Amino acid sequence: MRDVAVVAFTQSPSVRCEANRNETEILIPVIHEIKQQTGLATEDIGFICSGSSDYLAGQSFAFVAGLDAIGAWPPVSESHVEMDGAWALYEAWVKLQIEDADVALVYGFGKPSMGDLPRTMALQLDPYSVMPLWPDAVSMAALQARSCLEAGVISEREMAQVAVRDRANALNNPFAQVKGEFDVDALLAEPMLVSPLRKHDCSPISDGACAMVIAAGDRARELCERPAWIRGFEHILEPQDLGVRDLTRSRSTEIAAEKAGAHSDKIDVAEVYAPFTHQSILLERALGLGDAAVVNPSGGALAANPLMAAGLTRVGEASRRVWEGQADRAVAHATSGPCLQQNLVVVLEGN
Amino acid sequence: MSEEKEPVEVLRTPVELDYTYSAGVSASRFLRAVEQGKLLGQRCPVDGRVYFPSRGSCPQHGVPIEGEPVELSDRGTIVTFSVNRVPSENIDLELPYAAIQVLLDGADTTLFHVLGECSIDDVRMGMRVEAVWRPRDEWTISMQNIRYFKPSGEPDAPFESYQEHI
Ligand SMILES: [Zn+2]
Repeated sequence: MRDVAVVAFTQSPSVRCEANRNETEILIPVIHEIKQQTGLATEDIGFICSGSSDYLAGQSFAFVAGLDAIGAWPPVSESHVEMDGAWALYEAWVKLQIEDADVALVYGFGKPSMGDLPRTMALQLDPYSVMPLWPDAVSMAALQARSCLEAGVISEREMAQVAVRDRANALNNPFAQVKGEFDVDALLAEPMLVSPLRKHDCSPISDGACAMVIAAGDRARELCERPAWIRGFEHILEPQDLGVRDLTRSRSTEIAAEKAGAHSDKIDVAEVYAPFTHQSILLERALGLGDAAVVNPSGGALAANPLMAAGLTRVGEASRRVWEGQADRAVAHATSGPCLQQNLVVVLEGN
Repeated sequence: MSEEKEPVEVLRTPVELDYTYSAGVSASRFLRAVEQGKLLGQRCPVDGRVYFPSRGSCPQHGVPIEGEPVELSDRGTIVTFSVNRVPSENIDLELPYAAIQVLLDGADTTLFHVLGECSIDDVRMGMRVEAVWRPRDEWTISMQNIRYFKPSGEPDAPFESYQEHI
């Protein structure tokens, strides 16, 4: 396998609603910043791949406008996934593996504040029997949380502990949206939002964008003093229908982590994309994290969930810990689909 | 065995999603100016090219465009055209009419519009045109504030002056 590393990452502050800027305008400074940081011009970049969703934008081919941020004239080699930017990263990584490029730019962006997000998410469900009932995303997650609680694999207290941890970690993250010191008992005294989920169990709705540069071999060493080498990369899919899978564990994450080599050595830092607290518990177990692992030092998705960028942000935040020497080995995770349907795992190493 | 039924070929699942849309900072500035009868472009900080309409970044250099917008003339040069024989409910010209790409004076990108007060036998590349605005009390945040362009009567622009923009 070719040595490929994450060498740079930028992001916009996550906010509940970008009232004035459109998606492209949120993205422009983020792309500009990563070009400045790396000194790369558009012609130095062999491949560009983005993740975004036309359903969030309410407009077909909305992602094409994002190319204004890049400078796509003269024409560039570019691709797009209607998924989180973490899957765009996967495509770019493959492109570097087959030696089609040495440097790739990956970005993700979303402005979910434009629509009714929990309702929009219903459109990813089975179109014949489920979607016509319009189950919203929070209710779907609540079904999973209930089955986990009833099975006794998690408790409401553990869920609140995840929120307290992530919100406290986010105090060190200038881009996070929900942060602060909270008390588990106080959170548990809060009313239910969609039982058994309380507000603190759910990620915020966030508008935002992020960008990443990956590079191969010596090019990576030129661009970064201590590159975060991608040593394993896998994504695994479960059925869409909730009724045919085990909601009390994340089998696809377990398999992806195993295949990516996450279990083969200790993990210093993990960035987990869990839009709901109970999902964080399931994912941390599936990733096989030891007690020594620092989980979500950025605050994770419970602190900021810019849809279509939040998964790629986990990879960026994990990479940052490698660049800065806080981690020799880190794992980043991203999810997509209802109730952790699809999961992606990246293993990053400093050496 | 139960009787075979016809396959279901139509399932009605109405999808209605409401969006609170914002055109964005750049497009909003452009549209608010059009509402006042002004045409705003923006200058690329790298090579000075003026983009019309104004936009947040240069699509060639991939750099943010900040700074003051450039107000453009409502006169320009036809750089290419086609003759339209298909009616459109948004265009109140008699068929056939010419659809044109106009390079406004001072701009480096062209704009789509239609040509009025001109026989389709006379329309040509290089022809000089000027905007015919609707009455002021009909102005909205739309490029339809310009009803059409018409020949200005000036001599044709030399080919070299617009060949980059075809
Ligand atoms: Zn430019």
